[in-house]
Amino acid sequence: MSEILVLVDHVDGAVRKPTYELLTIAKRLGEPSAVFIGATEAADAVVEAVKKYGAEKVYVVDDTEVKGYLVAPKAEVLQQVAAQASPGAILISSNAEGKEIAGRLAIKLESGLITDAVDVQAGEGGPGNGPVTTQSVFAGNYTVQAKVTQGVPIITVKPNAASPEEVAGAGVVEKFSATISEAAKKAQIVASQPRESTGRPELTEAAIVVSGGRGTGGNFEPVEDFADSLGAAVGASRAAVDSGWKPHAFQVGQTGKTVSPQLYVAAGISGAIQHRAGMQTSKTIVAINKDEEAPIFELVDFGVVGDLHTVLPAATAEVTKRKG
Amino acid sequence: MNIVVCVKYVPDATAEQKFESDNTVDRVSVPGLLSELDEYAVEQSLQLKEKNADPESVTVTALTVGPDAAADAIRKALQMGADKGVHVVDDTVAGSDAPATSKVLAAAIKKLGESEGGVDVVVCGMASTDGAMSVVPAMIAERLDLPQITLASVVESQGDQYRIKRDGDTATEVIGATAPLVLSVTDQSGEARYPSFKGIMAAKKKPLETFSLGDLGVEASEVGLAAVWTTVEATQARPPRTAGEIVTDEGGSGATALVEFLASKKFI
Repeated sequence: MSEILVLVDHVDGAVRKPTYELLTIAKRLGEPSAVFIGATEAADAVVEAVKKYGAEKVYVVDDTEVKGYLVAPKAEVLQQVAAQASPGAILISSNAEGKEIAGRLAIKLESGLITDAVDVQAGEGGPGNGPVTTQSVFAGNYTVQAKVTQGVPIITVKPNAASPEEVAGAGVVEKFSATISEAAKKAQIVASQPRESTGRPELTEAAIVVSGGRGTGGNFEPVEDFADSLGAAVGASRAAVDSGWKPHAFQVGQTGKTVSPQLYVAAGISGAIQHRAGMQTSKTIVAINKDEEAPIFELVDFGVVGDLHTVLPAATAEVTKRKG
Repeated sequence: MNIVVCVKYVPDATAEQKFESDNTVDRVSVPGLLSELDEYAVEQSLQLKEKNADPESVTVTALTVGPDAAADAIRKALQMGADKGVHVVDDTVAGSDAPATSKVLAAAIKKLGESEGGVDVVVCGMASTDGAMSVVPAMIAERLDLPQITLASVVESQGDQYRIKRDGDTATEVIGATAPLVLSVTDQSGEARYPSFKGIMAAKKKPLETFSLGDLGVEASEVGLAAVWTTVEATQARPPRTAGEIVTDEGGSGATALVEFLASKKFI
């Protein structure tokens, strides 16, 4: 069975949840091999973490020559690991950086690239027959099954595409020294400001998302309180972001985050196509809006025509009471 | 200084988008337009020109690859203020995937550079509003061996030095590079201008050059549906959502009903 490379998605050695989802998918396709590009000191902890989710091998690549530059060096590292491992597929998190790494890598390896997969399964006849991906396209109005037909399949996978399954892997460490070209070091990261933690779940990974829009009038407190009562992440519509009420990192929609939680609550959001594109594939959709004509009500499983400023606080109190 | 801004002609996202029987995007029956997200790229290109010490020395070229109708996307860019247009139009291009598209774009950028003493900045939008892969800027950078400063929410430049703000998933970064380079901008980079009446009139006289693949030295066998590195096996329209229950809040009844619903679905 061939190796399936998984690029470890991490922040300073703290492995992010989508990595485990990728490893779980990799297990369906072949032998999962994690590729950790990071500080050597952090490697031990990362190896322990990824082998719990089935990593048979871990390529540890020191990031001294990588970390100060945007995207290009990581694509070179993966190209060199792939040259050695001849993998059956390469899986990368479908975030901004992951997709750009995948784009450069696809050109380097002359290999087909599929982005934003919401599911990946082994092809007919089992592993070895090329993975089949599922994507959600046209603002979530269509689903598409696709396959890579040339080279090593490179697939970027969205968060929540699989439930991480704990399964012990050998976790054999292979120190890999990559050669980074001068050309790859031309876009420098001059400064970096880590995003402040909100204490809430990550928007794209959360099981429940509560979002506010124009109808909040800039007061997100009812939205945030309701989110906290449900243990949810907080999102915002483009209108709310454009009004300066929330930073862009909160935006759900075509030009923000695409979310696909178990439950999506839209409060004071009309439901323009822009927004729908980012949340339409949520399992259950609930909306609260004063305007009974709002297009969001066409999507909902449950809707309340009413003022979010009175409905949400009352609902928050009731949820808190029920949870005891 | 030469700026090339890549623009894409896409099916209108507010119209009904669908697939053809060969699983390619229907680009005929759905009205098309300049991808909204590329308007931001045109805007930043124009701002780079306007902020230059000698704006007259800067040429902004709008570049597109697509069928005859795709000239509309260039026309819009010219109306906004781009100086000239280049349209790569060739029947064999239809059905191209991102690697092939980036190959054609890179070849056109190279050709423009050869005739005009080098392209300094290639500007792209953050994604197309149809395919939405967000990979073509990185692929162009890879093919031209240029640094990429991508997904900029703020763009600053001084001479040939560029700095952008990039709002990543886990951090906000400042990225710096020296031209020539590939820049992509987000919808946070600044509202795109509307074409003025004067701009619309002026656009009619601006040059629009057409290239075939042969002009670019790209073989027909390297592009189009026959050369794709990925294939769509099946497409399904999402089943319409069945109408949900809608209640009207009266004196707190909305909140009670909402919580009942969430409890019935085991969210509480």
